[in-house]
Amino acid sequence: MPTTASAAHSLADVTASNSTLSRFLHGLPGVDAVGLEARAASLGTRSIKTTAKAYAIDLAISMVDLTTLEGADTPGKVRALGAKAVRPDPTDRTTPTTAAVCVYPDMVAVAKEAVAGSGVKVASVATAFPAGRAALEVKLADVRDAVSAGADEIDMVIDRGAFLAGHYLKVYDEIVAVKETCGAARLKVIFETGELSTYDNIRRASWLGMLAGADFIKTSTGKVAVNATPANTLLMLEAVRDFRAQTGVQVGVKPAGGIRTSKDAIKFLVLVNETAGEDWLDNHWFRFGASSLLNDLLMQRQKLATGRYSGPDYVTVD
Amino acid sequence: MSEKTEKTERLSVFKTYKLYIGGKFPRSESGRVYEVTTATSAADAAGKGKWLANAPLSSRKDARDAVVAARKAFGGWSGATAYNRGQILYRIAEMLEGRREQFVREVADAEGLSKSKAAAQVDAAIDRWVWYAGWTDKIAQVVGGGNPVAGPFFNLSSPEPTGVVAVLAPQESSFLGLVSVVAPVIATGNTAVVIASEKSPLPALSLGEVLATSDLPGGVVNILSGRTAEIAAPLAAHQDVNAIDLAGADDVLAKELEIAAADNLKRVLRPQPVDYATTPGTERMTAFLETKTVWHPTGSLGASGSSY
Repeated sequence: MPTTASAAHSLADVTASNSTLSRFLHGLPGVDAVGLEARAASLGTRSIKTTAKAYAIDLAISMVDLTTLEGADTPGKVRALGAKAVRPDPTDRTTPTTAAVCVYPDMVAVAKEAVAGSGVKVASVATAFPAGRAALEVKLADVRDAVSAGADEIDMVIDRGAFLAGHYLKVYDEIVAVKETCGAARLKVIFETGELSTYDNIRRASWLGMLAGADFIKTSTGKVAVNATPANTLLMLEAVRDFRAQTGVQVGVKPAGGIRTSKDAIKFLVLVNETAGEDWLDNHWFRFGASSLLNDLLMQRQKLATGRYSGPDYVTVD
Repeated sequence: MSEKTEKTERLSVFKTYKLYIGGKFPRSESGRVYEVTTATSAADAAGKGKWLANAPLSSRKDARDAVVAARKAFGGWSGATAYNRGQILYRIAEMLEGRREQFVREVADAEGLSKSKAAAQVDAAIDRWVWYAGWTDKIAQVVGGGNPVAGPFFNLSSPEPTGVVAVLAPQESSFLGLVSVVAPVIATGNTAVVIASEKSPLPALSLGEVLATSDLPGGVVNILSGRTAEIAAPLAAHQDVNAIDLAGADDVLAKELEIAAADNLKRVLRPQPVDYATTPGTERMTAFLETKTVWHPTGSLGASGSSY
C-alpha cells in the first residue's frame, strides 16, 4: 500500500485514466488467502458470554438492515416489515429498533410511511438490482426514483462485467454518477463478492468503491450462492481501516446475505472490533443485511432475559 | 511370500458411541463423556461394573440443538400420510431384526440379564415397533370421527400430533422401555427429543444407528445420553417443546420438571408404574394428540330432501 506523506494527493491522481486506476488497483498488495481465512476463523472462536453477549445482541439488532427483496413483495408485507423494524419484539420494549428497512425502489414510499417518526431509515436497492445490467441512464433514473420517494440510503450494485473485464474507470465513473444523484442519501456500494472470484478482486473493488465516494461498501446482494463470509468481510474491514489511515475518510461496511444466527452475527462484530476498531461498532458504520437473522437475535435475547430457550412461535413469521 | 506368518492377536475395534441429532451423529457439544459400565446385580449396587464404553455427556446446548432439529422435522413428518409413517415404522422393525444380536448383547450387558432373557426383551421391542406401526393409520378412526350434532352440520373430530415431545426414557428398561415410549410418540406424527437411560444409554445410542438407516427423516427422533436431570431441565423449560413424557424421572425430578413445563402449557405425561412386557393400550399415543374439530354446514336439508 502506498504510504507516503502525500498519500491523499497521490490518490487524487489514480483516477485520471483507466490505466492509472488499473495500475493503482493492481499495485495493491496481494491477499494471502490462507492467512485471511485462518485469521477470520480464529477470530470466530472468541467466546462471548453473559453481559458481553447481551451487549452484542442489542448492538447487532440495532445494526440490522431488515430486508425484503422479493418479486412477491406487497405493500402489506413492507408495512409489516416496517412495524417489525420499529418494534422488533413487542413483548419487550427495551429492544432497540433496527437500523433500517431495505426494499425495492417502488416500495420506498410505503416503507417510509411505515417507519415514520421512529428513526428507522429506509434503504432502497437501485441501479437495476441485483444484476446491474442496464444502461447508466436507466440506473440513474432508478436511483432518482428511490431518492425522490424518500429513501435515506441507496444500495447500488457495481457492473461486475465491466470490473472483471478490467474497465475499472467505467465502474468508477458509474459510482461517482450514482453518488451525485443520491444527494443527501448515503450510498452503499455492493460488489457481489461471490462473483468477483478472488480475494484480490475484492480488495481492488473495495478501494475502487471508496475512491469513488462510497459511504458504505457491501459484500453481496443475497441473490447468489456465495454471500457474506467472515473472510471477505474481514478483507473489506481491513480496506476501510487502511483507507481511513490514508485519507482520513471513514467508510462503513455491510455484510449481507447468509448471516442467519446470532452466533454468526457476533462473530462478525468480533471481526469489526479486532480489525477496523471500536469506531465502527455503531450502526452508522456497520450494518447487517439480513431478514431471518433478526428473529434469531430476538430469540437469543429472550433466552438471556428469561433463562428459557425460546422458539419460533414467539417471533413473527416473515 | 512365505505362508508361515506369525499369528498375532487381533486388536478389537472399539465403537465410539455418539449422539443422534437431526439425522447426524455428533459428539456432545461440550466434548464431555462418561463411563458406562455393565450392570451385574451386586456390582451395580456398588456402581462398579465392567467398563463398556464412553457415552457422550450431553449439555443443555445439545438439547437445544436437538429441539431445533425436531422442530425442523415436524412439518414433514406430521404431514406425511399415516400410511407412510406406518411403512417407515415397520422398516425400523426390519432393521432392528437384522441387528438383533447386537442389541441382545447390549441389553444383556446393560441390564445384567442372561442372553435368553435379553433376547426376549429385544424380540418384544421389535414386536412393539410393528404393533405401533399398525396403529399409525388406525388411531384416527378410534379417537376421531363424526360427531352427532343438533343442526345442519357435519361435525368431524380428528387427532393431530402435539408437536415436539421431550421423552425421558425409562431408567431401568434400557431398550424395551425405550421403544415403548418412543414409538407411540412418533407413530402419530410428533417428533421426539429422547433422553436415554442414564446408567445404560448404549442400546438407545445404537437405536439411533438403526433409525438413520430406516427411511426415518433426520430429526424425527433425536437421542441424547447423559445426566437425565441436567438435560431434562432446559427441555422442560424450553418454549418450543410442546409436550414432555416423564417416564424416566423420579418423583422429585418429575415435580420440578412439571412446574417448569407449566410455563408454556406443555402436555405432561407423569411417570407411572408400567410393565413394559405387556401389550400397551393407546394411552401413550393419545397423550400427545390434540383433537381438532371442524363444523361444516350441510346446507338446507329440507329443500334438497337429502338424508344428510
